[in-house]
Amino acid sequence: MELVCPAGNLPALKRAVNEGADAVYFGFQNTTNARQFAGLNFTDKRAGEGIEYAHARGKRVFCAINTYPQPDGWAMWTRAVDQAAELGVDALIMADMGLLDYAARRHPGLDRHLSVQGSATSHEALRFYHEQFGIKRAVLPRVLSITQVRDLAKQSPVELEVFAFGSLCIMAEGRCYLSSYLTGESPNTRGVCSPAAHVRWEETPRGLESRLNGVLIDRYAEGERAGYPTLCKGRFAVDGETYHAIEEPTSLNTLELLPELAELGISAVKIEGRQRSPAYVSKVAGIWRQALDRVARAPGHFRTDPAWMAGLGELSEGATTTLGAYERRWK
Amino acid sequence: MTATTLELSLGPVLFYWTRDDYAAFYRAAADWPVETVTLGESVCSRRRDMKLDDWLGIGRELAQSGKRVVLASQTLIESEADLRDLRRLCDNGEFRVEANDQSAVQRLAAAGLPFVAGAALNLYNPASLAVLARAGMQGWQAPVEMSRDDLTRLLADCREQGLEAPCEVFAYGHLPLAWSSRCFTARRHQKPKDRCQFVCQKYPEGLALRTQEASREVFTLNGIQTLSGACQDLRHELPTMAEMGVASARLSPRAEGMAEVVAAFDAARRGALPAPDPLALVEAEVCDGYWYGRPGMDNTRGVSAP
Repeated sequence: MELVCPAGNLPALKRAVNEGADAVYFGFQNTTNARQFAGLNFTDKRAGEGIEYAHARGKRVFCAINTYPQPDGWAMWTRAVDQAAELGVDALIMADMGLLDYAARRHPGLDRHLSVQGSATSHEALRFYHEQFGIKRAVLPRVLSITQVRDLAKQSPVELEVFAFGSLCIMAEGRCYLSSYLTGESPNTRGVCSPAAHVRWEETPRGLESRLNGVLIDRYAEGERAGYPTLCKGRFAVDGETYHAIEEPTSLNTLELLPELAELGISAVKIEGRQRSPAYVSKVAGIWRQALDRVARAPGHFRTDPAWMAGLGELSEGATTTLGAYERRWK
Repeated sequence: MTATTLELSLGPVLFYWTRDDYAAFYRAAADWPVETVTLGESVCSRRRDMKLDDWLGIGRELAQSGKRVVLASQTLIESEADLRDLRRLCDNGEFRVEANDQSAVQRLAAAGLPFVAGAALNLYNPASLAVLARAGMQGWQAPVEMSRDDLTRLLADCREQGLEAPCEVFAYGHLPLAWSSRCFTARRHQKPKDRCQFVCQKYPEGLALRTQEASREVFTLNGIQTLSGACQDLRHELPTMAEMGVASARLSPRAEGMAEVVAAFDAARRGALPAPDPLALVEAEVCDGYWYGRPGMDNTRGVSAP
């Protein structure tokens, strides 16, 4: 199984490669990718350096162009595809059907991966993308149970990549418009979710409050650990009760599923977090490298190392992790 | 191109109602001034009170009343059982299908059947519309978050490229904003999804999620689906839509007051615009922000229900 790590900038890319990533993924500095953060992502020149660094060490580089080309911006998205091809990336990660079609026609020799933003959760959907655009691999949304992944893997016409660790999206990715409902900007249109420009923190007599475009997302009592106000991880009132009505602040961690994922023939595990620091990426990549090596050596006798779990726990949202939808009772 | 009268279309019921409620609703809808009615369970495969045959029966009656009938496919396909249901729906042999996932597109295209592309297929540009046109698309819905200006541009570009399939806009109702494998209604009742006891049937218009200030309904929980808290109302925009070349306006069913909603939209499309700041049609906060390129929850008309 390939270890695919996030690279929000060149130092993160280098550290991921040094710690054992088999592949890294990055995006350009505009809305063509789903992690559009100020000061993040790559210019052409930096991308060129990163690709050279990774290739010199036998590692692959993927370019995420996984937002949806907007009516007034088609040329920006096709330019990103052409740039990535010119730079010599190993694969493009895309979601939009029109852009996949463009890439397949213009750069037929360049591998195409279906982004998680393409929302493919069945082998019929995978077949559609495979027949229409010749995708080689698909990243699965984080909504399937391990049993469902198993069924899907049996009949998939393409390689599968699954999320291994990082922020947990609990909605079918690519079909979540909650962020634009509150802020006007969404993953699909602008490559952002709950964008920082709309976040406001305020100390009040009722406690520390976080707001997203004026909407109260959460309120923290003294001593409570406050988290970034991602809109689906706040505490809301439903039918007289206030709780994490959608999801708790927690990270996905599938480390203990590794032998099973390997047995299913999953081709790659993906670490989320291009917005994270190089230090974060380096720690997570290092732990997953060790785990993957251990699975490869003795798949039947895999045990997670408590130190790995503790290390990943520290790096998690709310310092807790979950198996998410992989585990049926989470639903 | 000349502006023709906008058609009205009744979307599928997104909530889980009882068999009697569906029957009563569609008996009434047969007499409403809508050209198209889309039927079926598009949200959750566990909602099994209505079988495909039941929907087909309702569809035949509506067709006899002169309605164009479409069957909606499920948006989130998760299991082999979901795919089996999807195949039966696509192979129904009578009515056109609204594809709400690429699984349905694949199935319908392979069978050479024409289809309507649902809003969750994310059609933001002519190139993606061209892909689906080649696959047999005969109509499509704009993404819910698309603004008037973006849609104007997209429709013009489509015409230029010979992509003439009719476009539908979500004009009334709580906006479908997200789908999850988790059921939020069951979560509220502390039940696992596998043993949900169909609690969502207790909420024929969904379950309100409010901020801790309780001042504002942010979202509406509907099983695995999350809808907008406010009710989108684009009644005043129908003449603009017709000028832009939008073919139809979708009205999303609610349990109470739908006849009045349809009547108001029918009047509005004929130019009988309501007074400048009318009270909302039903008791819900109103929004129209997406249409104006703003956060979807915004209400540019600045009025809400009493």
